[in-house]
Order: sequence, then C-alpha cells, then structure tokens
Amino acid sequence: MALLQISEPGMSTAPHQHRLAVGIDLGTTNSLVACVRSGLATILDDAEGHALLPSVVRYHADGAVEVGYPAQRAQSLDPHNTLISVKRFMGRGLSDIDDAGSLPYHFVDAPGMVQIKTIAGVKSPVEVSAEILRQLRARAEAALGGELVGAVITVPAYFDDAQRQATKDSAQLAGLNVLRLLNEPTAAAIAYGLDNASEGVYAVYDLGGGTFDISILKLSRGVFEVLATNGDSALGGDDFDQRVFCWMVEKGRFQPLSAGDMRLLLTKARDAKEALTEHFEVRVTAVLSTGEMMDATLTQTEFNAMTASLLSKTLTPTRKALRDAGLAVDEVKGVVMVGGSTRMPCVRQAVADFFKQTPLTNLDPDKVVALGAAMQADVLAGNRAGDDWLLLDVIPLSLGLETMGGLTEKVIPRNSTIPTARAQEFTTFKDGQTAMSVHVLQGERELAVDCRSLARFDLRGIPPMVAGAARIRVTFQVDADGLLSVSARELSTGVETSVQVKPAYGLADDDITRMLKEAFTHAKDDMYARALNEQVVDANGLIAATRAAVQEDGALLEPAEHGAIEASIAALENLLTQPDHQAIKRGIEALNTATTDFAQRRMDQNVRRAMAGQKLETFS
Amino acid sequence: MDFTQTYFALFGLPATYALNREQLDSAYRELQNTVHPDRFAAQPDAEQRVAMQWATRANEAYRTLKHPVDRGVYLLQLQGIDALDAHNTQMAPAFLMQQMAWREAIDDARAARSVEALDTLIDELRLDHRRIETQLAELLDARQDFEGACEAVRQLRFMDKLIAEVGDVYEELEG
Repeated sequence: MALLQISEPGMSTAPHQHRLAVGIDLGTTNSLVACVRSGLATILDDAEGHALLPSVVRYHADGAVEVGYPAQRAQSLDPHNTLISVKRFMGRGLSDIDDAGSLPYHFVDAPGMVQIKTIAGVKSPVEVSAEILRQLRARAEAALGGELVGAVITVPAYFDDAQRQATKDSAQLAGLNVLRLLNEPTAAAIAYGLDNASEGVYAVYDLGGGTFDISILKLSRGVFEVLATNGDSALGGDDFDQRVFCWMVEKGRFQPLSAGDMRLLLTKARDAKEALTEHFEVRVTAVLSTGEMMDATLTQTEFNAMTASLLSKTLTPTRKALRDAGLAVDEVKGVVMVGGSTRMPCVRQAVADFFKQTPLTNLDPDKVVALGAAMQADVLAGNRAGDDWLLLDVIPLSLGLETMGGLTEKVIPRNSTIPTARAQEFTTFKDGQTAMSVHVLQGERELAVDCRSLARFDLRGIPPMVAGAARIRVTFQVDADGLLSVSARELSTGVETSVQVKPAYGLADDDITRMLKEAFTHAKDDMYARALNEQVVDANGLIAATRAAVQEDGALLEPAEHGAIEASIAALENLLTQPDHQAIKRGIEALNTATTDFAQRRMDQNVRRAMAGQKLETFS
Repeated sequence: MDFTQTYFALFGLPATYALNREQLDSAYRELQNTVHPDRFAAQPDAEQRVAMQWATRANEAYRTLKHPVDRGVYLLQLQGIDALDAHNTQMAPAFLMQQMAWREAIDDARAARSVEALDTLIDELRLDHRRIETQLAELLDARQDFEGACEAVRQLRFMDKLIAEVGDVYEELEG
C-alpha cells in the first residue's frame, strides 16, 4: 500500500533518478497508455495482453464500476448504465448534443456540463472519464512497478477551453498529475517526425472515433512549430457507423428500436465498416429482440456513397488550416494519418487526392498518439538530457469578449502560439457606471450567441465617472496546456479590482473534492494517505531542486536572501515531520514564494547566455 | 525579465523595419528553447511561473515582429507615435480608389462564384502588400518619415482586411 512507501527516503525525487511518466491517449472509442522504457516508447498492455482499453464504463447498482472490455460486452444488455464515447460530452451542455434523443442515456441538463443518470447515481462525463484514466493509471503502475510522477494526456487539437478543462479535471480526479495537455496531432507528429532528417511542412490528418483534427506543422532543427490547426470536435468514426446503422434500419424496415437493439445494430454497423476495410463487400445480418431481422449485402461503393459527405466535412477544415498557415497544398512535404478511422480506404483515397500524395501510414494509427505522448512525458519529467525537441503549439479557436450589441471582440486570435497573453481596454458607456459585466467567449463567429460561452463575471467597484472615462483592462492568459485565465482591472484611478476566472464548464474545487471522496469510498483507498504522500513527494522534490539551484547559482543571491530561502527550507523540513498535508502544502507555497525572485534571476541569466551564443552565431 | 528591453533587443536584432526573417526565426527558437515551460515541467512552481512569463513574452515579441503591420506599429510606438490613432485617417485618394476597385472585384468574384477570379485577386493583393512593405521600410529606416510611415501602416491594414475578406469568400464558395 502506498502509505508504507512514503517514509522511504528513496521516494524523494533525486535529480538523476528516472522518473516514471506516461503518455495517455484518452480516446472516444479506445484509450491507451504508453511509456518510454530503455529509450523506446512502448504501449503498456493489460494483464491479458490488450493494448487498447475500450473507453466504455459500466455502472452497477452497488456502485461497482467496470471499465473496458467487460463493460463493452455488456453494452447491449445494459445500455442505460454502460456509457460509451463519453468524450463527446466533455465540456458540453445538453443542447450541444445533436443526437441526444437517439442515445440510450438519461441525460440530466446540469449547468455547464450535461450529466447522465445511471443506476449508481448521476455521473458527470468528467467522472466517467476519470474511471478510464484510473484504470490506465493502475495498468501503468503495475507494469512499471512504482507511482507515476505525472502523465501527458492528449486532447483533440480542436478541443475548446471547456473540453480541455474537463479533461484536466478528469485527470485530477483519477489522481494523475498532469504534466501537460498535449494536442493529439502534435503527439503523433513527435512519434512520426523525430528522426532529424524530416524537415519541412507536414500535415497531420487525425480522424478518430468522435473527433477530427487537422494540424499543419513546420519541423525545423528539433522544433515542432504548429502553424495552424482546425477540425471538428463532433465528427469521427461514430458518424460513419451511424450512416451504416441508418442503412440497416432501412433495409430491415425496423420499427422504433429499443435501446438494447439500437446498441446491437450500432455494433453490427461498426463491424461492417471495419470489414469493408479489407473486403469489397460484406454480408450484414441482425436479429432484434422483437424477432425482426435483416440480411443484406453492403458494398464498398455503397458505403463510400453514403459517407462521402462526411469526408468532405473533413476537407473544409483542412483547407482553412492551410489558408491560415498561408500555404498551398504543394508546399506540404508529407501527410501523416492518425486515428483508427484513417484505416478506411475511402479516407486514405480522399486525403491522397486532396494533397496529391500518398499519406504516411507506417505507424499504427491507433497507437501513434499514445507513443508520442509518452515521448513528450519523458521529456517533461526531465529524463532526457540535452537532445530534447521543442513543441510550439497553438490555440485552435479565437478567444474574446462580448461587447455592446451582442458582438464578439477577439482578444487572442486562433492559431496564436501558446503560452500567450493579450490585454484589451474597455470603457464605461453610462455616466456613474460602477460595475461592468465581462462575458468570455471562444469561437470565430461575429455574434456572441454563436460562440461558446466560457465564463461570465462582474467587475465591481469602478469609481463613478462620466461615460468613457474609466479604463478597464481585461487580460487573457493562455498557459502551455491551452487553458485560459482572465483578469480584469480598472486603471484610470489606480483602484485595482482584479478577478480570476475559471471557465464555467470547469469544475469547482468543491466538486472535485466531493467526487474524489466518492471515488475513494469505492476504491477502498485512503484519500488522506494519498494526499499526504503527494505533498511529501512534492516537498522533497522542491527542497532537492531548490538546494541544487542554490548550489549552482548561489552567486545570484544576497546573503539575506540566501538566509531567507534556507529558513523556508528548514521550515518545510520541519513540517514534513508531521502528517499534516495541508500544512505541508502551505510550506511548499511559502518556499515557492521565497524563491520567486531567485527563479527570475536564474532565468535572466539563462537567457543572456543563450542569446549571447545566438548573436555570435549570427555575426560570425 | 526586463520589460524596458525592446522586442528587437530581445532577439538581438537591429530596430529596423527591414527584417532578416531567418535571423528572427533562429533567435526566437533559441529563446524558446531556453525559456519554454516544457523545459521546466519537472521544476518547482516558481520556475514554472517564470518560464510561462518569459515564453509568453517571447511569443508576443515574435508575433509582433513577424507581422508586417504590427512591426510597423511597434516601431512607430517606440518613437512615441500611435500609427492607428483613430483621429488620423488621412489616406491618398489614389489608394482609396484602388480599394474600391478591389472591393468590387471581390463582390464580382462572389457573384460569379469564381475561385479562379479569387486566385488572381489574392495574388494581386499580396503583390501590392509587398510593395507597400518595401515602401514602409524606406520611409522608416532610410527617411525617418514617420507621418508617411503611419499612412503606409494604415494602408497595409486595409490590405489585410481585404485579404481576410477574400478568405471569407473562399470559405463561402467551398462551403
């Protein structure tokens, strides 16, 4: 049990120790976990040798949870409590789900994100995803024989802020330390493009179970720079299944279907689609619970005809991405295919026709994202030395604010490289106005109602002035995970009112705490032991890193500053003798605060050294 | 981090409109290689925060210098001049006439649903964009004619809007 290990001195993160970090592809249909071992990225299989974990979660009346193949097998038997493709609901409201009426779930329209009523209670998509992540974490810890220091979790590049935040919340709920949210096409590019010979512009076409991404990247001397990304976060293999499903219903002249029969037909539809990858035609048969049946042949030609419009739906974002990157089709050196749906011959043909070249398919399209994520996790955990690559990624959708008349004012345009920050100034429009409401939006449309609403907050305490005299600066900061935080400040009188918001779709910390408690009740794990363990590991890591920094760059500190840092270290070490995780957390924060100036100076020094070399290079 | 340092100084470049793009790209990559948060993911929070600030500034600086309008606006701002001042809208009549002609050409291409017409138009617009950029470099770097430079910057902004409009029509025709 974890608690027994925490007092081991070996648990502290010594700088040269290999740190266990994994990459997780949390997919719509299947999920995977991978890790770099002996320098090689490998998928971690489960005990039965399966690489894929079907992203299916089944809830039982007693609170027990099944994840993966056992759950998948039960989907026709227990459709209301067996949740599939839940990634489609992450960060989404009920009104966002077009086909909610034809799904077998009891949706609950909660504020922010939709929830699903199961026999074990109402579940948020965040909780359901956390079950999948927890399973993968357990698989990884069993395979690697230790606790993970963190994970890189992949998200579709076209995921908006609400969907990203929901994914990060899931990971937190599953007890994973998120080293980074990484865009799926970018992860695939790492796995594909790391032999240094590949320089130039590449397109990554990623058609998964429920999402489509297209990313255009420039590879140059170990830097992966995403030039543009586009996509459709509600388009994937599921839609192809749906087309076959409709064909089956028509062929069988079926009456309205029960939830179980619907799942049965969808499973058959998917089998037929997969069979058509290898065969020119496939016989499709089904017998429903009502005794109704169908027996018909589906040819590749018919299949291509019924799904042609889906393919053209992927080419529109592809054109947009190229245009945003300022590139023509013939400037793309290679096209990488990612996602199980790119196995379909019609998809490969459409992409080949569009880019006028044969796409690259030599890596398994189901595994390539997890492998790339594992490689990035290895870098972020600090396991590699010197020869690291660098990713420069972008936000997929513009961020902005609602202005007068319900219009959208863009603050950070799409395809901006992250991390990024932009500020915009606004003023009051009425005499004596003392409050202003700020509505944060994401999307490209002109009208605020057509964009996704991320957050609303009021800035109060503006001193009364004539209209137009107040100056309110709203600052958007997007971090390296692509997550937004917003602050607002009234400038004209020196009165500062600052508000930090987390998007409305993100979970409040209280929710996380409640869900953690619930999860631990069933997992028979000790939440406090785990929390304490985490803080102790963090504290030891921080102390070791601070000591190493002082050792290296102590010359940058005044004696008094040096003393203050030593005092904070001593205080934290003292706290570590008591099993109080809250106190240790505060001690960690105090030490971090005490070293802020030092960190700034160290970075300044690094930059001076790096850029001095740069200048020599350019002038020689 | 020294906020008084100009974006040009940050990348070790001369503060001119004429730009050695390769040098900028290489300096930017070198800087991000040093400061990017991915380099500090295993480090304490204090260092991660500093990394985010630096990487944010590097991205902002790179974006500004890379962009023909923003670079012009920034250079003029260093001279204490607001090129996009709402009160300053003076524009050569010939340029305005040309604008109207282009706008009509966009409307015609849309009405005719002609992608070829758009292709021709966008080539023309880009060519003229580059011509004004050359002019702006001359005005700023050689002549220090800031008033003329302001007008050239505004013209480039107009051109950008037109190019964006053509992009919208492409999307309309493709969708």
